[in-house]
Amino acid sequence: MIGIKSYSGYVPLYRLGKSTVGWNSPVEKPIASHDEDSITMAVAAAINCLEDTDRSSIDGLYFGSTSSPYREKQAAATIATALNLRDDIALRDFTGSLRAGTTALSSAVETVKSGAAKQILVTMADVRVAVSGSDLERSIGDGAAAFLISDSEVVASIEGNYQLYDEIYDVWRAQGDTTLRSWEDRFAFDEGYLRLMPKAVAQLMAQKELNPDDFSRAVFYAPDARRLRDLTTKIGFDIKKQVEDPLFSTMGNTGVAFVPMLLVSALDKSKPGERIIVGNYGGGTDAFIFTVTPEIEKTKRKDGLSRLLESKEILPDYRIFAWWRGLTEIAPGRRRPPPDAPSASALFRERKKNISFLGVKCLNCGQPQYPPQRVCTFCHSKDKFEDYRFSDKKATLFTYSMDYVGGTMNPPIVISIVDFDGGGRAMVEMTDRNTDKISIGMPLQMTFRKLFSTQGFDNYYWRCMPPRG
Amino acid sequence: METIKDKVAIIGMGCVKFGENWEQGVDDMIVDAAYEAYEDSGIEPKDIQAAWVGTTGSGTRGSFLAYPLKLEYIPVTRVENACATATDAFRNACYAVAAGIYDMVLVEGAEKLKDTGASGLTGKHTQTGTWVEPPCPPPVQFALAATRYFYRYGLSFEEGKRTLAKISVKSHHNGAMNPKAHLRREITVEDAVKAPMIAWPLGLFDCCGVSDGAAAAIITTPEIAKKYRQDYVLVKGLGLTSGAFQAQLQNTYDFTHFEENVTGGKRAYAEAGVKNPREEIDMAVVHDCFSITELLIYEDLGFSPRGKAKEDIDSGFFTLEGGLPVNTDGGLKCFGHPVGASGLRMIYEVYKQLQGKAGPRQVKDLKLGLTHNLGGIPGQFTCAVCILGR
Repeated sequence: MIGIKSYSGYVPLYRLGKSTVGWNSPVEKPIASHDEDSITMAVAAAINCLEDTDRSSIDGLYFGSTSSPYREKQAAATIATALNLRDDIALRDFTGSLRAGTTALSSAVETVKSGAAKQILVTMADVRVAVSGSDLERSIGDGAAAFLISDSEVVASIEGNYQLYDEIYDVWRAQGDTTLRSWEDRFAFDEGYLRLMPKAVAQLMAQKELNPDDFSRAVFYAPDARRLRDLTTKIGFDIKKQVEDPLFSTMGNTGVAFVPMLLVSALDKSKPGERIIVGNYGGGTDAFIFTVTPEIEKTKRKDGLSRLLESKEILPDYRIFAWWRGLTEIAPGRRRPPPDAPSASALFRERKKNISFLGVKCLNCGQPQYPPQRVCTFCHSKDKFEDYRFSDKKATLFTYSMDYVGGTMNPPIVISIVDFDGGGRAMVEMTDRNTDKISIGMPLQMTFRKLFSTQGFDNYYWRCMPPRG
Repeated sequence: METIKDKVAIIGMGCVKFGENWEQGVDDMIVDAAYEAYEDSGIEPKDIQAAWVGTTGSGTRGSFLAYPLKLEYIPVTRVENACATATDAFRNACYAVAAGIYDMVLVEGAEKLKDTGASGLTGKHTQTGTWVEPPCPPPVQFALAATRYFYRYGLSFEEGKRTLAKISVKSHHNGAMNPKAHLRREITVEDAVKAPMIAWPLGLFDCCGVSDGAAAAIITTPEIAKKYRQDYVLVKGLGLTSGAFQAQLQNTYDFTHFEENVTGGKRAYAEAGVKNPREEIDMAVVHDCFSITELLIYEDLGFSPRGKAKEDIDSGFFTLEGGLPVNTDGGLKCFGHPVGASGLRMIYEVYKQLQGKAGPRQVKDLKLGLTHNLGGIPGQFTCAVCILGR
């Protein structure tokens, strides 16, 4: 049986909301922090997804995004390194449409079905930017999801899938565009979305000889609430009983991660035997049918997505968000000069330390140490170490300081000395924190973040943060 | 191992007025400090056989000193050891004299910080070429200790801030009386507590001045010293230690003391024969880059029992009238901190005090004075301690 073995969503901490000055919308939308992008959010979703999985059992990593940072440099390689996956696994980047995530998903299913791999991690994330004040800006949010596609112990087996494509300009971005373009709603939504989605869903149901009544849950992409109503009416689904809440007022359209996150939300609530239909849209349609298995009862039911949606900090001012997205510049104040470009050879040499966040464990005295050492700080034995992954270790705050002078897009810089459970210590920056709630001894976890971008380098590293929710 | 005690004598010193010396280049300050030292000692520039110069970033090579002073074709060594640079330059020069290789040596430290355009130290990354290490400029490095110290000894934020403020009030009081100091005005505890936050919990008045400056010493053997003056000053002990990154590698590094200080102090005490520093050290000029640093030094060097510095601060033990006056010249806080010059500025103050030339700041009944220089970040400090006497 092939399907989803584990799954997770990721919602960034910060929100634009009612109390955000200059936002002027009742809608709350999660926004990636200044140190997040589609790669870091994909890593965050994947870490949650892999919580109970031996990472050496992963045979592939497929990543879908329309906001991947590089045109030429594989994002999946950064994600796989951050996750400390094996170096002989299959990597794929999917992009070009909001279906990139679901296309990655169907490709992973096909790969596992072919026998070429047993387990493939699929992750998708987007940080899309719309013109300030536009309807599109109010409707989109940032987020990520991850699914482990496996040939055994699946919580939801895949029963079928189907796709259609269109050649259409409805919502798009050209090379060099920083913000989304869109054509008139009545064309884009009515002629694009409302024409193709019913067709694909109907075809898939017909193929499997199923009717709308055969589904407990339906996860449908929709540009807005009105079009979701139009769609469900058209194809004969009950919007109240069957259709997954599209979370327009709390999450928004999170790009390639939108439908996958809604699927996570549906799986969070599902019971064994339930059948779920999924329809995604983006210059075409990807449709899937899943059946929930008894394995779902064994997974930790953490209400993952709703918990992350409730764990939030409302940004006080829209201008901060605009600054984070490069739409405006806020007076840099006492900022220090911008960082130098990192050295590509040094980044390569230190990729295990920086990206995988590997330290070492002394084979003589057993003490974990970060960063990796040649001579043990405790017993002074030389070159007797094994790799030791700190990225998934829980930690506590030993001491900290808050730098009100240093350059950051979210002052102050909270420098933290963290002690890892099981031994080891590191000095790292604390992110996604409320400075009123920092105290010595507080629990912390590590999170993969983008430190800065300069001269074509997006420099990634790990920070600590208070656990969410 | 032998000790340096009574093997090296200082016969002349010079120190420029520290500050934002917009009118002076580093060469000007090097010349002014050196010629004051020449004059003070009575030697001629041609008498110098070798020289050591400390700077962290204002120059490189021996010619940094040789060029402005026209020290022609004598050995000049440039030393860099973070904020402990000048004390280490002095230490190396002392060993050369003690070894009998040279018997008239110039040591100088100089730094020009105010041409960088930054209001603090620029704090560029130094570790590797990947720049992933979190930005940890000096105020943050020491704020990490303040946070933990308050926590460990149960001081509320307000109690901690007031305790640290008293250290700065004392230094400003002393600095206001010192014509060569950079920042010369008295402040109150309220001024310090209410100052803008720099690196929580440290505010503006918890941080030392960023200054330009230079200081110089002429050293020789005690036998030769007697030919020049009777009030020469003897080196009694030297200690230098370097941390090996323990603060970040070892969970046991507590951030409420710096082992580098403890070991550096012990070495110098052993050389000088000091058993009970609280009683035997009569004055000290220590590395108060931040108020919390000075507090930890009181405990690390054995001036105060562990965890009891607050009691000594509250009782005025470290003021000019107290049992162990500290930073009688205003310290880094007010005299200023041109990094590579500070160690020799500290020695300059103890030298003048031992000669009874400290004016209104003069400490009475002085036998042993100590200087303490600390550079780097917790776990990676270089600590240099020097004990001087008559």
